[in-house]
Amino acid sequence: MTNNNLENNTVVKEISHEVTIYAEPIFHIGNFQITNSLLTSWLAVLVVLALALAIRLKLKKIPGKLQNMFEVVLEGALSLCDQVTNDRKLSLKIFPFIFSIFLFILINNWLGLLPVLGSIGLVATEGAHSFFVPFLRSGTADINTTLALSIMVVIGSNLFGIIVVGLWKSFNKYVNLKALAEIPFKIRKDPSVLIVAPITFFVGLLELLGELAKIASLSFRLFGNVFAGEVLLVSMGAIFAYVVPGPFLFLEIFVGLIQALIFSLLATVYFTIASQDHSEHDEHEHKENQVLASV
Amino acid sequence: MADKENIMENQVVGAVSTAVNLVPLAKALAIGLTGIGAALGIGMVGAKAMESIGRNPEATGKILVPMLIVSAFAEAVAIYGLVIAFSIK
Repeated sequence: MTNNNLENNTVVKEISHEVTIYAEPIFHIGNFQITNSLLTSWLAVLVVLALALAIRLKLKKIPGKLQNMFEVVLEGALSLCDQVTNDRKLSLKIFPFIFSIFLFILINNWLGLLPVLGSIGLVATEGAHSFFVPFLRSGTADINTTLALSIMVVIGSNLFGIIVVGLWKSFNKYVNLKALAEIPFKIRKDPSVLIVAPITFFVGLLELLGELAKIASLSFRLFGNVFAGEVLLVSMGAIFAYVVPGPFLFLEIFVGLIQALIFSLLATVYFTIASQDHSEHDEHEHKENQVLASV
Repeated sequence: MADKENIMENQVVGAVSTAVNLVPLAKALAIGLTGIGAALGIGMVGAKAMESIGRNPEATGKILVPMLIVSAFAEAVAIYGLVIAFSIK
C-alpha cells in the first residue's frame, strides 16, 4: 500500500512478486551476473558432494544406513539402465555419467520446492519499480541450465559413438556416403539401389536436424515442467496460502522425480543408439521401438 | 498484385490489434490447443494401460512405470505450448 508517512516524509512503495521466465540476477562478478538459479545449482553440487564424501569415506563391507539406501538405489538404477542398453558392459560404461545427471537434476528440482527458504531474498529496484527476488529458484527453472544439460547430452552421445564405433561409421550415420559409394557394387544384383541409396542419403541428413530437435525437446521438457510447477505453486499460494498448496507440493515432488528420470532415461537411449553399429539396421529400429523413445 | 493484398492484410491486422488486444487471445490459444492434444494422448495411454491391467492384474507393477514415462512424454508437448504462452508478450 502506498503509505504517505507524514512524520518521516517517507513513501513506502509496494514490492511486487513477479514470476519471470528468465532467472533474476542476485549480484554481479565483473560482467557476469550470478542468478538465483545459478546459486541453487551450486547448492545442489554441494549437496551431491557432501553425500558422496559421506558415503565414500565410511565405506564398509557391512553397510550402514546411508550406504545401504544408496546401494539399493544404485542397484535399481543399474537394472533400469540394463533394460535400455541390453548390455551390462555398456551400462557400466555410461552409468556414472547418467546417474550424475539424474542426481543433479533431481536435487535441483527439489531444492526449488523448499518451503521456508524459498521466501528469503532481496528486493531489487529498477527505477520506480521494485520487486522481490528470492535466493532459491530451481536450477532447472532456468532455460540456460536445461539447455546446457541437453547440449551436453547430445554432444556427449555423439562423441561416445565416435569413441565406441569409430569416426567413419559415426559420420555415415549423418552423411551416408557409404550408401552412395555402394551403388556401383550393388547395382547388378539389385537395381532398385539407384533409388534407395539417394533416399538413404537424404534421410541421413535429416538425422542431423533430428539432433537439433533432441536438444530442443530435452531442454524444453525439463524447463517447462519445473518452471510451470513453480508458477503453479505461486498461483496456488496466492489463492490461499495455507492448505491449498499442499497437494500441489506433492505433485511437484513427483513431477521433479519423473522429469529427472525421463531426462536420464532419454540420455541412456541416445548413448545406446550412438554406440550401435549402423550395419545392424534392424536392431537399431527394434531398439527404438523397444524403449519408447519419443523424438 | 499479391504484394498489394499483403499490405492491405497487414493494415487490417494492425488496425484490429490497436482496437482489440490480441495478446491474451494468443496466450490462451497456445496453451488451450496444446492442452487438447496432450489430454487426448494421456487419456489413450491410460485407457490402454487400464485395459491391460484388467486383462492381467499381476502385471500392474510392470505396466505402471512405462505408462508414467509415456504420459510424461505426452505431457511435455503441452508444456512446450505453456512455455510459448509465457513468452508471448
